[in-house]
Amino acid sequence: MSKMHLKLKVNGQEVETLAEPRELLIHVLREKLDITGPHIGCETSHCGACTVDMDGKSVKSCTVFAAQAQGAQITTIEGIANPEGMHVLQEMFREHHGLQCGFCTPGMITRAWRLLQENPNPTEEEVRFGMSGNLCRCTGYQNIVKAVLAAASEMNSAKEAAE
Amino acid sequence: MIPPAFDYHRPESLDAALKLLGAHGDEARVLAGGHSLIPMMKLRMAEFAHLIDLQAIEDLRDIAVGDTIRIGAMTTQAELLDHAGLAEAAPILSEAAMQIADPQVRYMGTIGGNVANGDPGNDMPGLMQCLDATYTLAGPDGTRDVSARDFYEAAYMTAREDDEILVAISFPRHAPGYAYEKQKRKIGDYATAAAAVLIEAEGGKVKSASVAMTNLSDVPVYSEGAGAALLGTACDAAALDAAVIAMLGDIDPMEDNRGPVAFKQHVAGVILRRAIERAWKRA
Repeated sequence: MSKMHLKLKVNGQEVETLAEPRELLIHVLREKLDITGPHIGCETSHCGACTVDMDGKSVKSCTVFAAQAQGAQITTIEGIANPEGMHVLQEMFREHHGLQCGFCTPGMITRAWRLLQENPNPTEEEVRFGMSGNLCRCTGYQNIVKAVLAAASEMNSAKEAAE
Repeated sequence: MIPPAFDYHRPESLDAALKLLGAHGDEARVLAGGHSLIPMMKLRMAEFAHLIDLQAIEDLRDIAVGDTIRIGAMTTQAELLDHAGLAEAAPILSEAAMQIADPQVRYMGTIGGNVANGDPGNDMPGLMQCLDATYTLAGPDGTRDVSARDFYEAAYMTAREDDEILVAISFPRHAPGYAYEKQKRKIGDYATAAAAVLIEAEGGKVKSASVAMTNLSDVPVYSEGAGAALLGTACDAAALDAAVIAMLGDIDPMEDNRGPVAFKQHVAGVILRRAIERAWKRA
C-alpha cells in the first residue's frame, strides 16, 4: 500500500507528487497540487462539479483514482483561460448570467469546453444532453445553455473570420 | 469518502493481467472504467487488496464489424457511440448506450464492466441477452465462451470465475426491427424498467422476436415467452397483451426507492409495449 510517484501533465505543466493509489484525482488536484478550481460537490459521481478533462475526455475526478491518472494530461478550469484573458466560454457565462452561486461553474465550463470541441455547432437539445452530467443547484440551466450556445456561435464566427 | 487502501497494478498485456489475478486470487479485482467499482469502494461495500487496471491492454479495445460483431471489453460507452460501423451494424447498441448514465460516465464506463459486474441495474446485460451475445472469458487455461443468457446467476454473481477476465463480447448482426426503451427517474439513473426488443418481419408478420428486460429481477430477464407471443402476428393489440402477460410472468421486481412491485410491473408493461411498437415500425 505504498505511495506512488505520480507524474501528470496538468494545464500544460509537468507535475510530480506522491499519492496513495486510493486517493481520488480530485483530492490530489485540490490538496496536493493546490488546483482548487474543480469543486467537490456530491462526491458520488452525480453532480459534475469536479469535472476535469483527462486525455481528451470529460471525467468526474471524484470517481477516478489518482493511480488511474498516472501519465495523463489533465486540463482544469485554471487551464482554460488564455494569456490574453478569459476564454470565450467564460465570457459568455458572464454575459448570459450562466451562473448564480458559481459552485458548479468550473465543472460546467470544463465540460462545455470538451463538448464544443467534439460538436462545434450543437443544437440546444445537444447542449442539454451533452451537459446532462453537470447539476446546478441554483437550477440556472436556461442561462447555462444560452451561454454555451452563444460561445459556440462566437467561436464559429471567430473561426470563419480567421479563414 | 476515501476507499480502503490497495496496491495498484497496470499490466500491459492480458497474460500479465491474468498472472496477477492468479497470484492474488479473490484479493484482487480488475478495474475497467471504475464507475461501478469505485463508488462501491468509496462506500466501503467492496474492498480489494489489489486492483488490476486494464487500461493499458490495447487488445481489449478492438472493435470488429462483420457478420458477427466483436467488441473488446475495454471499449467505452462513448467509443461505442462514436463508432460509425457499429452504429450501422448494431443501432440498438447506440440506442441503449445513449441512455446509460451521463456523458462523463460514458467516457469512462466500458461495455465489459457493464456486462461483467452483474449489477441488475446495468443496461447492457439485458440487451446482450436479447442479442443472444456470447462473452469470451480468458483464464489461466485459455479462453472459453459463455452465452449471455447463461452468464447471470444472481445479483453480482456470474459464471465468471475469480481467475478469469472478460475480454470480448460478440453477437450476430441484429434484425432491422429494434428498440431499447428505458424508463428512468432522471438522467444518470438506473432503469425503473427497460426493455430490449428485436423483431424480424416477413410478409407483414413477425418471423422472429427477442425480448429482454432490465432491472426487474436480480438478474437480467430474457423472456422467451414474450418473444414467442409475437410470432406470426402483426404486433396487434392482442399480441402486445400476450407478450406483456408472458413478460410479467418472467420478471420478479423488488420494491425499492423506484417504487413498489405493482408500479414496477405496470411500468414494465408500458415500456415493453413501447419497445415492441417501435421495433415493429422499424422491422
